[in-house]
Amino acid sequence: MTDEIATTLVATGLIKRYGEATVLRGVDFTLESGTVVGLIGENGAGKSTLSSIIAGIKQPDGGSMTIDGRPYAPSGPLEALTSGVAIIHQEIKMIPELSVAENMFLGRVPTRRGRVDYAGMYESASGVLAQLGVHLDPRMLVGGLSTATQQEIEIARAILREPSFVIFDEPSASLGQEETERVLEQIGLLRDRGTGVVYISHRLDEVSAISDRVVCLRDGAKVGDRPAAEIDRDGMIRAMVGRSIERRAIEPEPHGSEVVARVTDLCSDRFEHVSFDLHEGEILGLSGLVGAGRTEIVRALAGADPFRSGEVEVRGRRVRIRSMSDAIAAGIVMVPEDRKTQGLNLNRSSAENIATPWESRLAKGFVTRRFLTKLKKRMAEELDIRGDLDKPVGLLSGGNQQKVLLGKWLVQKPTVLILDEPTRGVDVGAKEAIYEIIRGLSRQGVAVIVVSSELEEVLLLSHRVMVVAGGRPRDLLDREQATPERIMQLSVPS
Amino acid sequence: MTAAPEPDPTTRTTRTTEGDIVTSPVNTAPAAQAAPTPPPPPASAPPGPAASAGRFRQALRSISGPLVGLVLLVVVMSLLSPVFFTPNNLVNILVQVSYIGIMAAGATLVIILGGIDLSVAAVLGFSFMVVAVLYQNLGWPFWLCIIAGLAVGAGVGLVNGVLIAFGNVQPFIATLSTMFAATGLSLYLTNGTPILGLPDWFQGLSHVRLAGISLQVFLMIGVFVIGGLWLKYRPAGRSLYAIGSNDEVARLSGIRVKAMQLRVYAIAGLLAAVAGLVVGARLNAAQPSAGNSSDLLSVIAAVVIGGASLAGGVGSMRGTFIGLLIIGVLNNGLTLLNVSPYLQPVVIGAVIILAVLSDGKLIGQLRARFRRRA
Repeated sequence: MTDEIATTLVATGLIKRYGEATVLRGVDFTLESGTVVGLIGENGAGKSTLSSIIAGIKQPDGGSMTIDGRPYAPSGPLEALTSGVAIIHQEIKMIPELSVAENMFLGRVPTRRGRVDYAGMYESASGVLAQLGVHLDPRMLVGGLSTATQQEIEIARAILREPSFVIFDEPSASLGQEETERVLEQIGLLRDRGTGVVYISHRLDEVSAISDRVVCLRDGAKVGDRPAAEIDRDGMIRAMVGRSIERRAIEPEPHGSEVVARVTDLCSDRFEHVSFDLHEGEILGLSGLVGAGRTEIVRALAGADPFRSGEVEVRGRRVRIRSMSDAIAAGIVMVPEDRKTQGLNLNRSSAENIATPWESRLAKGFVTRRFLTKLKKRMAEELDIRGDLDKPVGLLSGGNQQKVLLGKWLVQKPTVLILDEPTRGVDVGAKEAIYEIIRGLSRQGVAVIVVSSELEEVLLLSHRVMVVAGGRPRDLLDREQATPERIMQLSVPS
Repeated sequence: MTAAPEPDPTTRTTRTTEGDIVTSPVNTAPAAQAAPTPPPPPASAPPGPAASAGRFRQALRSISGPLVGLVLLVVVMSLLSPVFFTPNNLVNILVQVSYIGIMAAGATLVIILGGIDLSVAAVLGFSFMVVAVLYQNLGWPFWLCIIAGLAVGAGVGLVNGVLIAFGNVQPFIATLSTMFAATGLSLYLTNGTPILGLPDWFQGLSHVRLAGISLQVFLMIGVFVIGGLWLKYRPAGRSLYAIGSNDEVARLSGIRVKAMQLRVYAIAGLLAAVAGLVVGARLNAAQPSAGNSSDLLSVIAAVVIGGASLAGGVGSMRGTFIGLLIIGVLNNGLTLLNVSPYLQPVVIGAVIILAVLSDGKLIGQLRARFRRRA
């Protein structure tokens, strides 16, 4: 596999579905040796799915791939590696208790006469590291090394087998400026050696700098494939966002004028200087790239994580938020982003899930069956939840699960309702129903904060949009100013 | 591409029909209350059209594997031994398991919470040794010594809770270390010698009988009843299931997870001290060897045979009580049948495996049912 260097990888009509959602709709993709292809797109556009399929981590539901004309259908990452395709993940997965070399050779440790061939292992590890210009003793334990160095080891591990094609899935997400430049240099080295590289990043300047071609995905389809020289930053943003999204079909009704909540200079280790007002019935969108600090901000506000400094006022009174209980008492509740691990106990019934926060707060001393039945019945009617609410909630459809989760936090009308990814993993019909519920709450005067990776969703629902990048609020846009292009420009770190 | 009818926004107007369907199980709720099922197993009957058939099926399903096993065991023992099914012997079984039962009630709470308490048997010995030392060596009034002993038990439990909730020590390790400490301390207090001579009235706990049944049995049953009601109806008790199933979901629901951990381990320690009083009254002495590891294993076995999961979130007082009786009946019956005492643990080991296997199989079948329906 090392002698013959493959020259062209071609994917044709790749399709991938997750349940009811189609995340790749017939994508064609070509990668040639000695070139770097920048892959861009919004959150959820399908970049990671496409790269996972090429690297054999996921299998497509339709379409095919070839390498130099021969069929290529890897059943797993190892098979992909044997065919010459390697991937470098966004998150670094290494074993801190093992040495650099052992991590690089994980799962395929060289042996001599039944014993680990440490000498050989260290030698080839140093060789590869030197090629990358990394001066590192392969005997060192990975545990104490910096993220940037670990990233370099990850790259070294990927090219150990001299793959023909390497995919970088947002390697710079956790790196600083200087470290990123080193990674870009190493990608340049790979290209010069004839390797075909796919580079996924949100940092469009990096993409411009390193790529020969730029491919843009939107909603699971390829919407652009042009030489990098022909497309600038604004062009890329336009391609990512697409024609202005059909929105404003439903203008949100004007909200009340009373300020019901005020956040002043909230700071933590993950975000800084967050301030905003919320009016009665106002829907505030919180937009930004994954990892920008959106979720961290709302979790702190809801008492799920501690914050360092800052003030929160609810209905003119300053409230101390040190736990979920404090926030709930103040009327701030949060529907967390991950329904399955944070929102619901999937093996317990919907009725029990809805009642969980309220048993100690509303039940008078004893939690009777009547109490549970009353809550369940009310929420089923108010939110139109379908299915048997006495069965484990995990048996319901995604949309109904999400409604149960909403119902759990609407038992008592909150002052501020925080929704983190309110429609993740639900089908189109349920999505509309959830939007209608959110609008209904706004009409009743509940202030709503919507965090969403879907730009369209934020634009559709919000009166105002706060854009966050790198843990800092970049701007607070009125509905008129909040165009997809503007939000994307503010979101992308410059 | 969905086969299901698209949820059309206009369905909101036709909600009344939907509402009827949704609320139909509500009408059968009183029936469900009559046959109390432990909350965790998703054993609610499908909303059958014929309510009585549904009720029957529900009643049938609420008869758990362990209960069937217990009934079978009692029948077999009765057939094999003429002495077994006599009032005296049955009461005897209850007496024999009473102190294990009191500890097992506490262990049920800990295990539902998703933890484990290895220290309970050692705390039993240590706390009662404190009672006896305070009485004999310091001359405290005995009632005050009892209160001090209970406080020691709860205190060791609280130490467990603090280590687990705030020290991030795994429950197994935290309670393993307090187990060693408590065992050592109760030996150290008297240099390993027992303390004899406790007030006569104290032995009443073991000797006084109401309707032919010793007080300690009532004490144990009282603990189980109160514990069962607490688990089923009090918000705090119910929150144990939420924490045990998924502590992050529980925390994000505004449940004070750490406070509950402290509370539950303290209760487990307190109940171990209560069990210590029962053993002390029976022996009329404080033995440093009381509360050994075989007691601890019986406690955990009772909870596990009763259907609790060591992963947390599943278990009930009723189940543990049945598990306890299974162990009691086995020990008693095998002795009556002259089976070597060395073989008895082998049988108990086999029963644990049977209980867990049958449970897993049942759950698997239930899952398959759900899948077919969905």
